[in-house]
Amino acid sequence: MTAAIIRAQQVEKYYAQPSENRIQVISPTDLSIIPGEIVALLGPSGSGKSTLLRMLAGLSKPSGGEVFWHEKPIASAEINVSIVFQSFALFPWLTVLENVEAPLKARGMSARERRERSEKILDTVGLDGFEAAFPKELSGGMRQRVGFARALVVEPEVLFMDEPFSALDVLTAENLRSELLQLWAKKTIPTQAIFLVTHNIEEAVLLADRIIVLGRNPGHIRTDFKVTLPHPRDRKTAPFTQLVDYIYKVLTRPDVAPAELPATSNGKPVRDQRQMHYQMLPHARPGGIAGLLELVVDHGGKDDIYRLADDLAFEVDDLLPIVDAAQLLGFLTVEEGDAVITAEGRQYAESEILGQKTLFRKAAVEHILLLRQISRALTTKSDHTIHEEFFLDMLDEQFSEEETQRQLETAINWGRYAELFEFDASRRRFILPENDETPETVAEGPAE
Amino acid sequence: MKSRYTLSRPLVLDRSWPIFIDLSVIAAALAGFYALVKIASYWMGKPVPAVEISQTVSALPLYAFYSVVRIGAAYLLSLVFAVGYGYVAAYNPRAEALMIAVLDILQSIPVLSFLPGVMLAMVALIPTRQLGIEMGAILLIFTGQVWNMAFSFYSSLKSIPRELREASNIYRFSAWQRFWQLELPFSAIGLVWNSMVSVAGGWFFLIACEMFVLGDRDFRLPGLGSFLQTAAGTGNSHAVMWGLVTMVLIIVATDQLIWRPVIAWSDRFKFEMSESKERVSSPILHMLQRSSFLALLKEKTFGPWGERIYYGLAHRRMERIIQPLDEPEKRKVPPLAIGLGLVAASVVLYATVQALAMLRHIQLSEVKLLLLGAGATFLRVNASLLIASLWTIPVGVMIGFNPKLARITQPITQIAASFPAPFLFPIIILGLQHLRLGLGVGSIVLMLLGTQWYILFNVIAGAMAIPSDLREVANLFHFKNLQRWTTVILPGIFPYLLTGLVTASGGAWNASIIAEYYNLRGHTLQTIGLGAQISAASDKGQFHILLLATMIMAMMVVTINRLVWRRLYRLAETRYSLEA
Repeated sequence: MTAAIIRAQQVEKYYAQPSENRIQVISPTDLSIIPGEIVALLGPSGSGKSTLLRMLAGLSKPSGGEVFWHEKPIASAEINVSIVFQSFALFPWLTVLENVEAPLKARGMSARERRERSEKILDTVGLDGFEAAFPKELSGGMRQRVGFARALVVEPEVLFMDEPFSALDVLTAENLRSELLQLWAKKTIPTQAIFLVTHNIEEAVLLADRIIVLGRNPGHIRTDFKVTLPHPRDRKTAPFTQLVDYIYKVLTRPDVAPAELPATSNGKPVRDQRQMHYQMLPHARPGGIAGLLELVVDHGGKDDIYRLADDLAFEVDDLLPIVDAAQLLGFLTVEEGDAVITAEGRQYAESEILGQKTLFRKAAVEHILLLRQISRALTTKSDHTIHEEFFLDMLDEQFSEEETQRQLETAINWGRYAELFEFDASRRRFILPENDETPETVAEGPAE
Repeated sequence: MKSRYTLSRPLVLDRSWPIFIDLSVIAAALAGFYALVKIASYWMGKPVPAVEISQTVSALPLYAFYSVVRIGAAYLLSLVFAVGYGYVAAYNPRAEALMIAVLDILQSIPVLSFLPGVMLAMVALIPTRQLGIEMGAILLIFTGQVWNMAFSFYSSLKSIPRELREASNIYRFSAWQRFWQLELPFSAIGLVWNSMVSVAGGWFFLIACEMFVLGDRDFRLPGLGSFLQTAAGTGNSHAVMWGLVTMVLIIVATDQLIWRPVIAWSDRFKFEMSESKERVSSPILHMLQRSSFLALLKEKTFGPWGERIYYGLAHRRMERIIQPLDEPEKRKVPPLAIGLGLVAASVVLYATVQALAMLRHIQLSEVKLLLLGAGATFLRVNASLLIASLWTIPVGVMIGFNPKLARITQPITQIAASFPAPFLFPIIILGLQHLRLGLGVGSIVLMLLGTQWYILFNVIAGAMAIPSDLREVANLFHFKNLQRWTTVILPGIFPYLLTGLVTASGGAWNASIIAEYYNLRGHTLQTIGLGAQISAASDKGQFHILLLATMIMAMMVVTINRLVWRRLYRLAETRYSLEA
């Protein structure tokens, strides 16, 4: 095996909390980037894909473990990498040419050489004639071409790409992907390896020589395999669809407990989020859940998630939270990449809006601890209102600051829909609704 | 969208810093005050001859030039300082909280209170007397304009998108390149708008600085402000007229020759990825950009210098290694710095104690009088805000809803807003005397004069920002007038109105110092008020009263900011924000 350009050894990322425990974002992971490979990193949101990329690129310091660049610690090595960003990250006040020249300027290259190299690379990515334009005058696809030009002009050994095509429309993305593949295949660019972060399964299968699938809570590698399909790859061929389906199965299969989390060197307990108190609420909207269930019923109560996504023209990041939410509420089960509707799910899908709300309320109180707690606290408190701070405090023991906010937002969203409570956004307080139909269902919830 | 940029006070921030920091800032301010007074009283003993201010119209161009140079020098100083201050505050996690607290408090302190101290100190420090006053004036104007600019730069730095930072990091930008290609462009627009507000404020202070009496000492600087005051003092209405015309000309010229080109140029720094339809155009900028001479100059001088700097930086080892973004390097504090810090802290502590010791001489009756004055000034400030709102809201909304009218009136209100009100004080006071109105009511009129434009200006911007579909809904459902105002117009302009009110309130407090106490034709007109007491105390050299009065005013302004404005801002940001 060839020597790795970048090698991560037991890298992990966590955020220390004021209390004893800490929030693990990525569990200790080994990973290598070797010459001649396009590696795709796939995973649902919250699996720490971008964090992992930034640790490998030297932009973010791992909390534990180490990243090596040609076997030297990355923090002291002169590395030569580039990143293509999802948001393009162009400087809007610089022209296309100035944007591309900027990294060369940082390397102290003379004005003439800078210009020659930039013009050559702009030519390569098809931006000849746009040198004097400002990014805001260009379309999204053109802007990302500038992003590619800027990344390639320094002739990076490793080209990192952080969801580079996800802000583009389908056709533009397709076009750019195939051009990138051509540059790579013909060795027009001296880049040794490409590391692509994506949540688009087909994109990964189209481009990559190797696919790494991440699981979440905390982020960890679920599978890492080579793709041997010859280029150019055709989406319609059986091997291609089989591979896509396989990845869907990996992503939706219940995560078999990964290896024991190692004790950390400083003796602080690492809390695995799956053993925790609160479930991680997927950020799906009740309307989306209803829509998915109706679709599954239409498909005879059971269907391939892959096909469902295809039907909806959804990407995995869009669909999986909805599937997770439906699963969490007991409306759906997932078996081998197939979504199977439950009796409650069927009842829910076939009810009228008010009936749906009642069913949702029942399911929410039964299955979701946070909603059960809010609802119970509101009925017990004499004034029937509670400040959000109370729940934020409990949640942030377990989730990062950002995630805590999102968890509560989702809970508010669901609770409002289920008419479990009202939420006064300006005073940030939960309020028990006036009519007292709701509290009854609360009592039905099982004891913790 | 203008008002978004006109003001960026720390009010907007939800920052809670420990009381310890506040206390140390207050201590440092007190210590500074004490130091000034010490130097000043040393110089008090020496008599000084007064400079004669000419009243002939032919002297005006030169006087105007002097004033413009003062403003320009103070502005440049402010700009450099603001950028440096903002930069350190944004990147030094240790100093950040303290530095932002300093900003918050310093911009609430009435700058004019420091006038006598600063003047005397500068005169004492700089041997040539006239130069001392000159420096004092520039320093005061600087203190009046720098804080909002520093805060604007700081908050811009803090809001640079993460991916842009990562890009500049992964491509190994040096600090130098990052500054010119990322940080400065990103904060340019905020800096430009705050500069406009600052310079307008600068003229206000200039008037106060150019001619001012301290006991029997008369400090004068030849300039537009002293010209007008002298002319008004002697009742020379011909000269007053010419002075005012010159002032208007200067403001229009600044607007056309400097601000418009700068705003048009800064359009490229807008951090948005779509082309906006509305653009400020400036023929001057167009001309400059076309100028081949300037292009040549750039190519021959800045170009090669820049190249050399980049080349030099690129070959330092430090720059070739990528620094992780999430771990700001915490360098060890060298023992020397700790030692210096300790020395500085003890000096500050000593001076603070001394300054507080000055307050011993204050009698209870004086304190009562000061508190009474504070109450009176508080009422006046709010009365002026109320009166200003009563007329500016309806008028501003009318103008804002009528694009044609807005196009005509906006430049006029802009000029009115940047016209330094104190220029008009002598004339207004003479007019009030005719109407037999004392300064008690008159000072409200004087405050209004300076502050109402800020409100009008912002209300117009707010009304223009109300989406037309909201107004169409109101028409569609035949909202009655009251409902239209309460559900569409007032909530829609609220954030803008608030920005205007905050600026106006700050301006009114500051204006009280010159509005409640005025020297005209050898008479001193005054009324009960904190501002009058500050002015009187500096006139008579009663530094202990000056200190206490200043402290009371600063405390009131800070308290109002924190209790009222900051809360309203939060409300404006959450509930009344038109951005989803």
